[in-house]
Amino acid sequence: MRVIVDRLSKSYRDRSGQDLVALDGIGLTVEPEEFVAILGPSGCGKSTLLNIIAGLLPATSGDVVFEGERRPGQPLTATVFQEFALFPWRTARANVEFGLEELGLPPAERKERSARFIAMTGLEGFESRFPHQLSGGMRQRVGIARALAVDPAVLLMDEPFSALDAQTRTLMMEELLGIWERARTSILYVTHNIQEAVYMADRVVVLSRRPGRVLEVVPVELKRPRHEGQLGESAFLLAAERIWGLIKSQAQAALVEGKS
Amino acid sequence: MAPERVAVRDRAAFLRRADHRLLRVAALAGLLMLWEALTRIGFIPALFLPSPLGVLRELGEMTASGQLMVHVAASLRRLVLGFAAGALAGVIVGIATGFFSRAEAVGQPLIAATFPIPKIALLPLLILWLGIGEPSKVAVIALGVFFPMAINTYAGVREADPLLVRAAVAFGAGRWSVIRKVILPSALPMIFAGLKLGAGTALLLLVAAEMIAADSGIGFLVLHAGNIMDTTKLMVGIVCLSLLGVLSHWMLARFERLAVPWRHT
Repeated sequence: MRVIVDRLSKSYRDRSGQDLVALDGIGLTVEPEEFVAILGPSGCGKSTLLNIIAGLLPATSGDVVFEGERRPGQPLTATVFQEFALFPWRTARANVEFGLEELGLPPAERKERSARFIAMTGLEGFESRFPHQLSGGMRQRVGIARALAVDPAVLLMDEPFSALDAQTRTLMMEELLGIWERARTSILYVTHNIQEAVYMADRVVVLSRRPGRVLEVVPVELKRPRHEGQLGESAFLLAAERIWGLIKSQAQAALVEGKS
Repeated sequence: MAPERVAVRDRAAFLRRADHRLLRVAALAGLLMLWEALTRIGFIPALFLPSPLGVLRELGEMTASGQLMVHVAASLRRLVLGFAAGALAGVIVGIATGFFSRAEAVGQPLIAATFPIPKIALLPLLILWLGIGEPSKVAVIALGVFFPMAINTYAGVREADPLLVRAAVAFGAGRWSVIRKVILPSALPMIFAGLKLGAGTALLLLVAAEMIAADSGIGFLVLHAGNIMDTTKLMVGIVCLSLLGVLSHWMLARFERLAVPWRHT
């Protein structure tokens, strides 16, 4: 399905009673099977945007619309969280099956589906472990498997690898691209990391800092399947430089302000 | 200046704590032996404090005659019934007040107002309502267990990680699914803390209720033995009570390990 975000705005009232505009007239689309990254400095409301698209937060104005053919019982979105958000009392397999339970699938089908996505995310042999018995990278694999298992129209990822160490993150990025090739789903990927965005996405939506507005949508002209060798290609460097140029001053402002 | 060679010494050695398992056993055994010795040489009259071996002998005799079982069974029945009823009600009220804002608005002030009442003070009232028989004793225990359970469960529910709740909703969970699959397991550690707290309160109220209005039970046994100055029998009752306390705590700990496996493995 195609995701259309249309003139979406979100404002909060802060403690002193002032209206704070977090998102201002956001418009973007995610085509079927497309990988779109949303990138912006801290405090640009990218997580807010993702939460609104997931239906976990009401927008102040504007719409999020899903358009196209929807398989019966298919959820519109599934989310991969930055802090994993795995249920500590559930084993890896039971975590993967959570969304399937809520979809009302019979146990046999849950088992079959969870096994498929456990295999796809490289979790075989770890199904019976509890989250605290898994490394950060493995935990996020469970998070990805849990989200993919419900077969969402679009997979939402909220800085999924930012809680991981640098080496694990690099490996997980490649892993995710591989999974995406196999699962053939559309992905909306929120990050503040330019390399990450350019390396993985077809298009990068660059947001400005408070209020969050779309500064520019930067297309990435890198061939697929992608691999680490492309990190030095001129298409990669050009896109990365273009994005850095767009947000550098805003990132500096965020730095001075200290907290997002 | 002459070059120096300094080996690093473990300066934190005095902070490390050893287990001293032998010392633990020795302390307990030593106390019992001292007690036995003091009573045997007649330093302490048996009327004030019977010897440990004497208590043990009496315990054996009372068990053999079936006299002890009658009291233990009566107490156990009251304890288990009251504890189960109070714990169940406490968990339900705790979850309701923790999750539903309306239930919180109604329940919080009521609980805050009635919680400080010493429950044993309600026994006469409960006897008036329910009669002098078993229900009033079970009810006073249930009341005593209810409050720590409700308060602990409430705190456990409030402490549930909002991220996990959001994740559950993101995967399609509704209200009841969230309660059953996120709130309840999140609150389990606090619920078990409440159960342990409640077990202590239950034992206290059991003994008090049996001393006030009963003709059976360990509390009655202790009071009655005291009245006829049968100190050995009295001590048997106290030993039973402490065993009951230790046993209930141990069982709850075992049960917790089974119910909350993600915390212990």
